Amino acid sequence: MIYLDNVAGTKPDARVVEKMLPFYTEHYGNPSAHFYPIGREAFEAMEAARGEVASFINAKAEEIVFTSCGTESNNLAVKGFLKNPKNSGKHIIISEIEHFSVDTTVTKLINDGYQITKLKVDDSGLVNPDDLKKAIRKDTALVSIQHTNPEIGTIQYTDKLGAVCREAGVTFHVDAVAAAGFSELDVKALNCDMLSIASQNFYGPRGAAALYIRDGVKVSGLMDGGHQERGYRSGTENVPAIVGMGEAARIAKAEMGVWVPELVRLQKQLWDGLGGMFDFLHFTGNKDRRRPGHVSFWIEYIEGESLLMWLSLKGFACASGSACSSNILADDEEDLAASYVLTAVGVPSDICAGSLGMSMSKYNTQDDIDNVLKVMPETVQRLCEMSPMYNRK
Amino acid sequence: MAKGPYSDKVMDHFMNPRNMGEISDANGIGEVGNPACGDVMKIFLKINDDQVCEDVKFKTFGCGAAIASSSMATELMIGKKVEELLALTNQAIVDALDGLPPAKIHCSVMAEEAIEEALKNYFKSKGQDPAIVDEMKAKIKKEN
Repeated sequence: MIYLDNVAGTKPDARVVEKMLPFYTEHYGNPSAHFYPIGREAFEAMEAARGEVASFINAKAEEIVFTSCGTESNNLAVKGFLKNPKNSGKHIIISEIEHFSVDTTVTKLINDGYQITKLKVDDSGLVNPDDLKKAIRKDTALVSIQHTNPEIGTIQYTDKLGAVCREAGVTFHVDAVAAAGFSELDVKALNCDMLSIASQNFYGPRGAAALYIRDGVKVSGLMDGGHQERGYRSGTENVPAIVGMGEAARIAKAEMGVWVPELVRLQKQLWDGLGGMFDFLHFTGNKDRRRPGHVSFWIEYIEGESLLMWLSLKGFACASGSACSSNILADDEEDLAASYVLTAVGVPSDICAGSLGMSMSKYNTQDDIDNVLKVMPETVQRLCEMSPMYNRK
Repeated sequence: MAKGPYSDKVMDHFMNPRNMGEISDANGIGEVGNPACGDVMKIFLKINDDQVCEDVKFKTFGCGAAIASSSMATELMIGKKVEELLALTNQAIVDALDGLPPAKIHCSVMAEEAIEEALKNYFKSKGQDPAIVDEMKAKIKKEN
């Protein structure tokens, strides 16, 4: 199988897995148990990992809180910040293309009396920093805008958005889950106060993620219990996964300079190849400011799930923003909905159906891209022949 | 290999759709759905003088379940009399496919509706009132 759904998670690096295993078999102590060796070993390994993750995003170790996943990091950033009594203001600004874990979280806060502004994006998915400037009010408590959109690949002008927030004195959270390992992340250059990353998105294991909280920013924990993570996150730490995340951060920092140019090269080939194939294929997202190795598009006349299924039968794992494939395990069809990200960038909702995303990792090769370009024409042709809309033009 | 959300029958009909295409001299054509919902189903019928479905073809824009439902519906239709076509329910299509996920049942409903539309078009082409289809359908429902 050729794996092209790396925004959903990458294959863990073998070195990461190797580094994790002893924390299941030998150093299985609880890191809060400081008075015997296997507890202390776990603690020290976890703190070493914290240092690696901090260094990966140019932060200090004490600014890193480990969580279980990107969704938890985003929840902690938004709700934990608003929960802290030092912070006031009842207005939150996000963009209209945030991940569910920010969009849903913020939308639910309306019930608690918060007002939400969702900034519009242009047809390539970009938020205009001037729009943010205009939207900030006296009572704005928090701005949360993602770095990279996983569905359309667009990379925001995060540093400029951060500068607007700094000038206005408003706290700025960045969901960088789809960016880590693909774009360089420097929390100082990005002018952010909080930043979420998840290990599984940069060749680390599932089950470990982090929230950077800039020194001085007040956040309250969401889970009550013990003193773990200095009170930001009670509960026994997932030491093997955290150790894996640390190793993944170390590797990414050292080797991204090798992967990224290759991903950009393969992306260009895939983009140009698909673009020249059908005049009814339309790319989504920004061509220049996009996640390396990420290509997304929609095709007229054919539906996304069918395309996804055919590509899967031919050995390719991709993603679709199609309504039909959105939540196939749902109890009823009411839970099927076209992607709000695609609607926001102006793709007509009847067309979102045919959308497809291909996101590469450092493991993809020239052969993979050649193979995709080989099977796409026959696959699309087959579905077109079946479509009652194809010959109507 | 791990099983996906669809039954083997659904996958078979998705990969090898039966009766896919158009009938140039069809005497009943029905189209239902709309692209905004992600599905459009079009059925072409050839009904002979004995009111038997001699040939049927389909074209579908939709997900795996929509394609398999259309394909299975056509298999169940060939050689059937008009009354039998109207008695064909979405549940019969679901059963023949060894089930569909709950969120995809609407695909089989669309197939039933497409048959109905095609038959209305057939009666209309013969100069009859298409409402006869609704009457026949109501009668069949009552009898069951």
